[in-house]
Amino acid sequence: MLKILKYSFKDIFRSKWLLIYFGFFFVSTWFLLYFTNDPSKGLVSLLNIILMLIPLMAIVFSTIYFYNAREFTELLLAQPIRRHAIFTGQYLGLSLSMAGSFFLGSGIPFLFFGVQNSDSSGSLINMLLMGVLLSFVFSALAFAISIYNENRIKGFGLAILVWLVMAIVYDGIFIYLMVRFSDYPLEKPAIALSLLNPIDLARINILLQLDISALMGYTGAIFNKFFGTAMGMAVSVIAMLFWTLIPLFLYLRKAGRKDF
Amino acid sequence: MVEIRNIFKKFGSVEVLKGLNLDLRAGQVNVIMGPNASGKTTLIKSILGLVVPDKGEIKVMGENIHKNWLYRSRIGYMPQIAHYPENLTPLELIRMISDIRKGNPDTQAIIEWLGLQDFLDKKLRYLSGGTRQKVNATLALMYDCPILIFDEPTVGLDPVARLKLKDRIREERDKGKTVILTTHVMSEIEELADRIIFLMEGIIYLEETPGKIKESQGEASLERAIARILESQKTGIDA
Repeated sequence: MLKILKYSFKDIFRSKWLLIYFGFFFVSTWFLLYFTNDPSKGLVSLLNIILMLIPLMAIVFSTIYFYNAREFTELLLAQPIRRHAIFTGQYLGLSLSMAGSFFLGSGIPFLFFGVQNSDSSGSLINMLLMGVLLSFVFSALAFAISIYNENRIKGFGLAILVWLVMAIVYDGIFIYLMVRFSDYPLEKPAIALSLLNPIDLARINILLQLDISALMGYTGAIFNKFFGTAMGMAVSVIAMLFWTLIPLFLYLRKAGRKDF
Repeated sequence: MVEIRNIFKKFGSVEVLKGLNLDLRAGQVNVIMGPNASGKTTLIKSILGLVVPDKGEIKVMGENIHKNWLYRSRIGYMPQIAHYPENLTPLELIRMISDIRKGNPDTQAIIEWLGLQDFLDKKLRYLSGGTRQKVNATLALMYDCPILIFDEPTVGLDPVARLKLKDRIREERDKGKTVILTTHVMSEIEELADRIIFLMEGIIYLEETPGKIKESQGEASLERAIARILESQKTGIDA
């Protein structure tokens, strides 16, 4: 598996889009910090970029990568190597490079603006970790969707749809349900609903850590009330790990018996 | 060398292999041919473990290949022109395969023999189809495998490389290896085949030497003999 990982890395690191991805985070973080001139304000401004763009980019790049690697995967499958080693290696190669690009792209400007001397360094590390986790979650979702869909147009459409639902439509449904059933106790259903959306989980985690109640929204507030800050953050991280492991499990299970 | 027993494979509702039995012997060039969608690719992919048959058994050198992956170290496979990670170089690709397979590959001699030296450090995306095909040939031949599978190997190759590859296939056969070849080029089949396995609709329709096929159809060229078989089959279906 490590061999596959090594060569996936080599291939991905030389491609332009990864550099562009890194550059985008570097430049936008730099500008945010330049204009706010305060690492803690910069962090809040970065929040939405992380929550919207990382899932979108991770799901799009991973889907494209998976379908483009098809013939290469076939060559690897004809070699004396376990199937799971190939597929785990490819997943890790892509998700680690995307997560790493974001981590460095957004992290380095903060160092230039002196985050290490401010009290925001913990928040920064937490936010970067959430971005890394989101990369893992959405890469895993993309790989799972792609392996179940032979037709790349359908796979790509489905991947975008998943992003659209989790990043945008979900909030609407959530609010509708809250209003529609406002006569009932909604705390537990609301918590259950947020566990179903990794983007919401990341948002709650970051806002709990930043302790900005004004931005927490309904679910954030409930999380805070129900679990408390530390426990709430732990719950969201564990739920996000499940969001990585379950699609990854489905992907590897399918990969083990799929015809190529 | 390769024993195939009663394998069935369905893709959705389409039955591609319908109880196929075949023995591929050592020291022979076994050409697998047949019309489009006759199951050639599925058969080769089943031997390689890329496709898992619904029923039946495949043994490679006496070893059942089901849920087995080590047996593939005995197979050298040259796929059709393929697109590999575009940012890697041929050298890195060759290194990767030797990383996976270990052992002592004989890469240098093959690289020189195919004239690939000048392309080793160029990214794969800048290489022509023919050069990529040479890289594929290197990957298939760099280990001394007892079983060699070539899927349309000469497509895209220049005449010199094509001749070299054909000579090499003969040499490997003379060393006692089992060569499995698919191609649509009739002249190549005539030149190379010791045995023709003619697939039609998922079963083996004919398994003969080229000479016997020509003889049975009363034709001087293999191409005409095959065309005659296909036509008689068609009228058989129509009737």
